[in-house]
Amino acid sequence: MPQSGLDLLAMFNINEIRKDFPILSRKVNGKPLVYFDNAATSQTPQQVIDVIVDYYSNYNANIHRGVHTLSQEATDLYEQARQKIQAHFNAKHSHEIILTSGTTDSINLIANGFSSLLKKGDDVIVSALEHHSNIVPWQMLCERTGASLKVIPMNLEGELIMSEYDKLISKNTKLVFVNHVSNALGTINPIEYIIKKAHAVGAAVLIDGAQSTPHIKPDVQDLDVDFYVASAHKLCGPTGVGMLYGKQDWLNKLPPYQGGGEMIAEVTFEKTTYADLPHKFEAGTPNICGGIAFGAAIDYMNAVGFNNIALYENELLEYATKALLDIEGLKIYGTSKQKTSVISFNLDDIHPYDVGTILDKLGIAVRTGHHCAQPIMDFYKIPGTVRASISFYNTKEEIDALVTGIKKAKMMLS
Amino acid sequence: MFEDWEERYQYMIDLGKDLPLIDNQYKTESNIIKGCQSKVWVHAELQDNKITFTADSDAIITKGIIAILIRTFSNQHPKDIIDADTDFIDAIGLKEHLSPTRANGLVSMIKQLKMYAIAYQTQLN
Repeated sequence: MPQSGLDLLAMFNINEIRKDFPILSRKVNGKPLVYFDNAATSQTPQQVIDVIVDYYSNYNANIHRGVHTLSQEATDLYEQARQKIQAHFNAKHSHEIILTSGTTDSINLIANGFSSLLKKGDDVIVSALEHHSNIVPWQMLCERTGASLKVIPMNLEGELIMSEYDKLISKNTKLVFVNHVSNALGTINPIEYIIKKAHAVGAAVLIDGAQSTPHIKPDVQDLDVDFYVASAHKLCGPTGVGMLYGKQDWLNKLPPYQGGGEMIAEVTFEKTTYADLPHKFEAGTPNICGGIAFGAAIDYMNAVGFNNIALYENELLEYATKALLDIEGLKIYGTSKQKTSVISFNLDDIHPYDVGTILDKLGIAVRTGHHCAQPIMDFYKIPGTVRASISFYNTKEEIDALVTGIKKAKMMLS
Repeated sequence: MFEDWEERYQYMIDLGKDLPLIDNQYKTESNIIKGCQSKVWVHAELQDNKITFTADSDAIITKGIIAILIRTFSNQHPKDIIDADTDFIDAIGLKEHLSPTRANGLVSMIKQLKMYAIAYQTQLN
């Protein structure tokens, strides 16, 4: 396997990589599975499955408080995973990494924490490209605190309009929440600029990395971001586990999210003192196996190499975009030059659900609908799109199968 | 009934194209069946103690599915609609659509048609 820094696409052997993913050899509706719903969840390599099996076969125990060997071993594995995540995101301290149940949970943790810090007259800025999970918690937060929610608008290419952001940001801005990559369109947002501008007025920034982390290795110190969140299951890990990076000062300032075991230092009926970071935000028994497997997934992705992933996925994206645009009546939504390997499209005025249903019969998995981003669909005045999201384990042959499938759907449906 | 999925789906698509369209005045928010990924509108009318259904959807396969339901349930006495079992769905190879988790909402559609029947049955009693 190539080492990071020495990554060369020549060392990227797609046939070997595909062998790591047992699910890729199954059939769906009698056809070989072609999996293009990677933005919803990625598939799991054997290396990660082995870690899950190994955990339950050899280490299963509750962590952080047992005196016995199993508990100690499980705790060590869990904390090693946290360190792997820390190293991956280049956080300064491992206690700046909070393990959560996923991106949505991480966002809610922050929204909840800020509810005691916001007041009427404060502004919270989100982007027009957000997933519902990054809109609803802030709406709720604004309702609770009386702060106003402002939205950075987008253009037809699916890019955020930075000149409008410049107008929205003011000394009243306390928080800015933007996704690094749009789940519906694949646009990579200019988060460096967004963070710099927000910091200039003293606002905190949360970046939703759910869709960026499968393709990009973010450096939280370099970005100088206040909070960065992601889910394991989008980057070859299991579901039900994710992370929140927060700068130490911010995490110390925010109140705990949930009460329970693990998060306390001392409990009397008069007063409870909270545990230090990260445990202050990790009430109850965590998803221990999930956390350990998250670490293994990060190891796997780094072994493949993010440079390789970016190069190869970009090649597939270009190949797919060209092939799809050759289909008469096909329109792609989200045409930014800065995008990840996500293609959101419609075929004439055929409903995306119909296209998705026919593709499924052909063994091709895509997502159809509004992708939990209704404001984007409203912007384009469409009910939804078909979304093919490409991963590093996909192939050009699979893209050819997709193109053939779309042509068949068009023939049957028009 | 059909050789393969393609014939079956082509049949549903063709049925969808022939579906008696709902009058535009009934394509309202309140006539939308919840639980479908595509929009489905259903309108029911009672004449001579029998219910007539009209419907529309913005997705053609969904329209085909609802066309099959309407063929079966329309022009029937409310009580017969309430009592109707849905085994015919299996017989025509639509079983895969019957799961409550399918995004097409066939289950929601049947429920909605039966709800209309129950409402009219109450009126008749």
